[in-house]
Amino acid sequence: MAVDDTTRTDRTTERVLGSPALRREGRAKVTGTARYAAEHTPPDCAYGWPVAAAVPHGSVTGVDAADAMALPGALAVLTHENAPRLGEPDDPTLHLLQTPRVPHRGWYVALAVGETLQTAREMAQAVRVSYDEEPHDVRLTDDHPGLYHPEQANGGYPGDRETGDFDAEYAAAPHRLDLTYTLSPLHNHPMEPHAATAVWEGGHLIAYDSSQGATPVSETLATMFGLDPKQITVVAEHVGGGFGSKGTPRPPVVLAAMGAKHTSRPVKVMLPRRELPSVVGHRAPTIQRLRIGARDDGTLAALGHEVTTHTSTVKEFVEQAAVPSRVMYGADGIRTGHRVVALDVPTPSWMRAPGDASGMYALECAMDEVATALDLDPIELRLRNIPEREPDSGKPFSSHHLADCLREGARRFGWERRDPRPGTRRDGDLLLGTGVAASTYPVLVAPSTASVQALRADGSGPAYHVRVNATDIGTGARTVLAQIAADQLGVPLDAVRIDVGSSDLPTAPLAGGSSGTASWGWAVHKACRELRESGGSIVTVDTTTDVQAQEEYARHAFGAVFAEVSADAFTGEVRVRRLLGVFAAGRILNARTARSQFIGGMTMGLGMALTEHSSLDTRLGGFVEKDLAGYHVPTHADVPDIDAHWIEEHDPHLNPVGGKGIGEIGIVGTPAAIANAVHHATGRRHRQLPLTPDLVVPR
Amino acid sequence: MKPFTFERATSPEQAVSAFAAQPHARFLAGGTNLVDLMKLGVETPAHLIDVSKLPLNDIEPTPEGGLRVGANVRNSDLAAHTAVCRDYPALAQALLSGASGQLRNLATTGGNLLQRTRCPYFQDLTAPCNKREPGAGCSAREGVNRDMAVLGHSEHCVATHPSDMAVALAAYDAEVELLGPEGDRTVPAADFHRLPGDSPERDTVLRPGELISHVTLPPPPPGARAAYRKARDRASYAFALASAAAVLALDGDGTVRHAALAFGGVAHRPWRARTAEEMLIGSRADAETFARAADAELAVARPLSDNAFKVPLARNVAVHLLTTLAETPDRPAGS
Repeated sequence: MAVDDTTRTDRTTERVLGSPALRREGRAKVTGTARYAAEHTPPDCAYGWPVAAAVPHGSVTGVDAADAMALPGALAVLTHENAPRLGEPDDPTLHLLQTPRVPHRGWYVALAVGETLQTAREMAQAVRVSYDEEPHDVRLTDDHPGLYHPEQANGGYPGDRETGDFDAEYAAAPHRLDLTYTLSPLHNHPMEPHAATAVWEGGHLIAYDSSQGATPVSETLATMFGLDPKQITVVAEHVGGGFGSKGTPRPPVVLAAMGAKHTSRPVKVMLPRRELPSVVGHRAPTIQRLRIGARDDGTLAALGHEVTTHTSTVKEFVEQAAVPSRVMYGADGIRTGHRVVALDVPTPSWMRAPGDASGMYALECAMDEVATALDLDPIELRLRNIPEREPDSGKPFSSHHLADCLREGARRFGWERRDPRPGTRRDGDLLLGTGVAASTYPVLVAPSTASVQALRADGSGPAYHVRVNATDIGTGARTVLAQIAADQLGVPLDAVRIDVGSSDLPTAPLAGGSSGTASWGWAVHKACRELRESGGSIVTVDTTTDVQAQEEYARHAFGAVFAEVSADAFTGEVRVRRLLGVFAAGRILNARTARSQFIGGMTMGLGMALTEHSSLDTRLGGFVEKDLAGYHVPTHADVPDIDAHWIEEHDPHLNPVGGKGIGEIGIVGTPAAIANAVHHATGRRHRQLPLTPDLVVPR
Repeated sequence: MKPFTFERATSPEQAVSAFAAQPHARFLAGGTNLVDLMKLGVETPAHLIDVSKLPLNDIEPTPEGGLRVGANVRNSDLAAHTAVCRDYPALAQALLSGASGQLRNLATTGGNLLQRTRCPYFQDLTAPCNKREPGAGCSAREGVNRDMAVLGHSEHCVATHPSDMAVALAAYDAEVELLGPEGDRTVPAADFHRLPGDSPERDTVLRPGELISHVTLPPPPPGARAAYRKARDRASYAFALASAAAVLALDGDGTVRHAALAFGGVAHRPWRARTAEEMLIGSRADAETFARAADAELAVARPLSDNAFKVPLARNVAVHLLTTLAETPDRPAGS
């Protein structure tokens, strides 16, 4: 892996902010002292193991727990008949064991609680559940009679939008492409499976939860268990990834709290890997129709992006895959829309760059097809279509450096030497190709609070103590926030102590939407500035009014991803040879952790392009791939040469820290860059992912 | 997990008699598959007999010029053994293409042969599976069957055998040595695994209580070249979509003197391609011959709804493998 230029530059400077500071918790993690949710074991802790519905749709008619309760060490079997009654949460997927309804295979119908993990698991296997089964449907088609236009898609975006007259522009365009791209469901599969330990101490609930945000967890538990938020402490000190699947509470914390309440014991619930696909969310499948009308010079007259997707019958979640087409390219007529059908499937949710990862795959492959059709270089095509203002809203961009990313990436990748003809390069048995795609992700920010306290200045320890309920899900958040504080206070990094990951700390939003550092950092920055300016000893701030006072700009990060692939001429096995990303994401606050975010996202994009895939069984319902032997995330051998760079971007219209968010943009664009490279290598377009040998093998 | 009793075998013979004395016993070696299945509740032995400490760790030359491999030899050690790398390259390649480094360090030769299918329905207690529960039905046949068999499957089971090593052993005409309560016997590796027929619960011809003690490789045919090629979804740690092991020896005029070809990932057992081999022997070693032979072998394939790609994939793997072997220059003597 090459060392990034930016890293080299920053090592020679004095600035704390931007420097490649080491992760503060790195030592604790590699020595095993960092404790994750499942590693908190209060005295007298019992273990819960959920029982999943074995039918795809229907209701529970009876639960026979006699065999389970006869096992030594059995404590309780909770079902909809005896579990604690819960208040209704905003997210109905958490309203567990309250009714006999089974909305999909894998929905939890009971919780076994035993003295040990082994007992709880054996109990769960011994619980006999009978069902009244009803017909089910898990098959998404683009002509499903249940499809409807949702008012909103995920993120609060309007479901359908039109600017200009798409139909007229498309009809009149000299070059018209009508293309359909299909994506299967995907799963987040963070390294640390979801887990929670719950303890009731008097009327106070303490929950150790693997979560991307302890504040939303405590708020949800307060609603469900009828408590004041002050009666709840949620701890998420170390979290082994989430990729969106821990963005809001998930079943383990609810089950653990219920089990603990029912048994008057601390209860720990650790989901085995196999349970994750059914209950923590997935990236919904999409069928995306792209209609592009182009003029001879490559400028777009019409852009249509219509998305068909599924949700569950439990709640509406609409993957906003058409939304990036409201941002990326100027066209006189733009139509974007979503249709969704509620099927008897597990509930989809956030997975790294929801909407953008899926939508930009289709849009950026379609742009490649336009370039091929017009015999234009795909970079030149994109440069000719970069809009002056955000096409959908008409707002000015706060900053826009897609062109710089494309040009800088082309220079680093050696794009000018590329022969555009597909299917013409060989290295022995391997067909070779290169591809490019643009990347984008919106700049999101949410109000946060934070506090900073000046400590004794006798040199015996840190001089300042920052407190904020940020969550470090492995990204380096606590390190970057300490850098922001040190920079603002004008002190070395080790003069700052920082506490994150507990709802007892000042309230803060979750680590999601690439908004964490911007949101928490804004509050930390403000608190430290006020402390410095006031000379006081402690300051607590709230950025609500600051966030609300932001000017009207379209704020987005952009990037360009370049891929070189080989496709085996005999087997159709596609492997990436080189992957390069160049991003414009505002100010980069820590060169080391930023680089990890970019290449991590790109690796996940590689998985989306080439290896990752989940299937719904149409007869049984539910997902088939349940472990990491069957759900193929990329291995090291799949990622031989990956590199990320960024351009200096100074955007005065962001939060005072100046970053745009970097957690998600790395995945966006990568699948299309790889898919376009596969076309360049083989001369064939597949218009679906992953590009596994079943698609690519020559027949 | 169901509670079970455990004992450590003191000798191969004691292990066999201990098995006979206990209902629902299982031999435990590396544990890389059995323990996973016990956690899932797919395997529910009442008694485990740990055979991993038995002195079956040697790789020894046979008087005939072959190699005798103890059942407890770890996959990593077998793959790295000098004589295996030199004389049985397809076996070394097959071993190294399987699982991960960590798993290969634990997994044994005997255990590799006895690993169960990775069919996801077999592993899911809530899905009907004839292999797990005879008579329950097969979920894979009409389910998600992209990774399932295209050859030799039955209405009762469409699972594949996951081993890479076993495919190479089949092509090398290896033999599996068994100790049993009713005496010792030897079974050709190519016939050790079964087709599912109407009893898919039986993966192999092993009789109750029999223990694998060794695998014996005959001397490689004179002048033979051999290799293993595996097509898979990712570069490492993925089961074969289709694989092939080939052992090929040519006469001076370019005709095939010896040909052994076995497919993996396409059937309930390593699929020894006897039809193709018969066509090859005595024929000219060129790509057209290889293609004709592979097509003839795969003419009996019966793809399911999602796995028709496995037929051209297996064909291409075999043709490419044989062509590459035919074009490989002879190794200088003594190297």
